Amino acid sequence: MNILSLVVKEILHRKFSFALGVAATLIATASVIGAIVLLRTHDLRTAAILHAKEAELLERMDKLQDDTRKSMLKLGFNLVILPEDQNLADWYANDYSTKYMPESYAERLAESDIVSIRHILPSLQQKIPWPERKRTIILVGTRGEVPNAHLSPQKPMVQPVPSGNVILGYELHRSMDIGTGDRIRIMGKTFTVRDCYSERGNKDDITAWIDLKEAQELLGKPGRINAILALECLCTGNSLPAIREEVAAILPGTQVIEQESRAVARAEARTQVALEAQTTLQQEQQAREILRGERERMAQALVPVVFLACALWIALTGYGNVRSRREEIGILRAMGVSAKRIFMLFIWKHVFIGVPGGILGLVAGGAAGLLMAGGGADIPVDFFSPLSFWLAMAALAVAGATLLAVVAGWLPAMIASGQDPAEVLREE
Amino acid sequence: MLALENVTKSFNGPKGKVTALDGVSLTLRAGEMLVISGPSGCGKSTLLLTAAGMLRPDSGNVRLLEQYDPYRLPADERCRLRAGSVGFVFQQFHLIPYLTVLENILTPLLSRPGEDAQRRARALVDRLGLQERTDHVPAQLSTGERQRTALARALLHRPKIIFADEPTGNLDEENAGIVIEHLCNFVSAGGGVLLVTHHAKAAEHANRALKMKKGRIQKN
Ligand SMILES: Nc1ncnc2c1ncn2[C@@H]1O[C@H](COP(=O)(O)OP(=O)(O)OP(=O)(O)O)[C@@H](O)[C@H]1O
Ligand SMILES: [Mg+2]
Repeated sequence: MNILSLVVKEILHRKFSFALGVAATLIATASVIGAIVLLRTHDLRTAAILHAKEAELLERMDKLQDDTRKSMLKLGFNLVILPEDQNLADWYANDYSTKYMPESYAERLAESDIVSIRHILPSLQQKIPWPERKRTIILVGTRGEVPNAHLSPQKPMVQPVPSGNVILGYELHRSMDIGTGDRIRIMGKTFTVRDCYSERGNKDDITAWIDLKEAQELLGKPGRINAILALECLCTGNSLPAIREEVAAILPGTQVIEQESRAVARAEARTQVALEAQTTLQQEQQAREILRGERERMAQALVPVVFLACALWIALTGYGNVRSRREEIGILRAMGVSAKRIFMLFIWKHVFIGVPGGILGLVAGGAAGLLMAGGGADIPVDFFSPLSFWLAMAALAVAGATLLAVVAGWLPAMIASGQDPAEVLREE
Repeated sequence: MLALENVTKSFNGPKGKVTALDGVSLTLRAGEMLVISGPSGCGKSTLLLTAAGMLRPDSGNVRLLEQYDPYRLPADERCRLRAGSVGFVFQQFHLIPYLTVLENILTPLLSRPGEDAQRRARALVDRLGLQERTDHVPAQLSTGERQRTALARALLHRPKIIFADEPTGNLDEENAGIVIEHLCNFVSAGGGVLLVTHHAKAAEHANRALKMKKGRIQKN
């Protein structure tokens, strides 16, 4: 017979009052663990939701950008850089600029750190009468794209035309029955037909492309060009004013025109979709944050109340236990059991209440937190990891519940140990 | 073994001071049974508790087991004194309801470890005729069996002195006889018994019988 076996036997005798004490520690522990697990599960779920949405958004945007890039490549250059003094009315009427700028502008642009444009193509073009064939054509001198110095090399959209060669638009070779490999003369110079384009349905169909140098010679404009074609880069969501500003800083004395491009419209629509998706994502994030705030406030308001109520409950149960054991305490004291041991008898009982209360509270709190975080039995991937978190929770639950039970049982135990045995034993 | 000298004790009741002990003196020697009787409320229980070191008198001296004045000892020492040398038997047996007979008999171990306690407890069970009842809890016992269990508990640590307050008050004649008989055996073996009772047979066995009235011992 020792103190601990007496504690165990008394517990087995008064199971209901013991269960009440355990229930109170369970609820107190579960409220704390539940609040922690609720907020943690909320965070885990938020991370999972946002992660999934973000991945979806990224994938969508990637695909959109890729689509746009492809269609823009198909549609060709959509930016034209012209000398500043070129009258645009004339340019639209003539299809070519009558003002010129140095060919080196293309290099200067390519060597700058400009990011808003890609695929820089210097060109010299002019509508000329084709004396040998008695018709008007657009002669374009090109030397291929000048690679952007600071960007990773990209596959050029346009191949240069080797000198001595010419590429003919659909209408030219069709109407004059010219084929690849034929030799033709333009303004007294002989060219080999390198390629015959199929129908494009625009002025390309009456265009002849030759090497830039040769065009400069034929047109009497050595070292000069009258347009730089370029492709607007989509990557930064540039607007025309931004591009103009950037180009003007590098090439003073030029102007930039954005040619009507279905690709741009499409790109913009898609960018809009992406932006909306991003807004939705942010809204989701905000909604989750607000919900978290609500949950946090609820926990902050509820947990202390529940905790205190449970402490009071345990203390009252403990006091009830002391009252119902007055006779027992009296006889034990008469037998010479010290007040200290009587005190420990009740403290031990509360340890026995606290430990199972803590363990059950951990389980109940974990489950409650998970359920309250929404999603029912859908357990977030990281719910059970890391192990250290749950070890800490277990330690907190068991130590906290035991501490709660012992502290709440302190006063009843003091009352028990301070009880005068003579008083009890006289009551016959 | 026990000496009370001019002991007084009064309580504050609702109608003012109640004097429960009014200059009580008595002595009890080893191998002696002292019986105290008197009308209800005359102070018998108060005397017993005061003598046993559980109720501090207002004045006078108490000598328990010669060398001690229990009320000058620190509370812990007083406990140890009771744990080692004093046994109690009450009218209400004060058994612990959730312990079996055997476990109740062993409860003195909570105050003091005892060698051989199990064997002694078994021997007491045999002597008091409780062999068939060792695993019963108090609620399953007859009143006589309950008091015999309480008596066995008081005897476990081989006390030098037993304080008994109306131990036969709730018992029939036969069981009362058994309890008195065991107290007499204890006295024959050299123990001292201070017995509060109205039982006529007890007075016959007593070495001395004292009557109390209104907190005083009446000479006879
Ligand atoms: N704690 C107390 N507070 C107030 N009065 C008390 C207290 N204890 C005892 N008394 C009073 O002291 C007197 C003696 O009480 P005590 O219990 O010693 O009587 P008793 O002789 O044992 O009576 P009974 O034969 O009925 O058991 C009684 O009048 C009682 O009311
Ligand atoms: Mg009495």
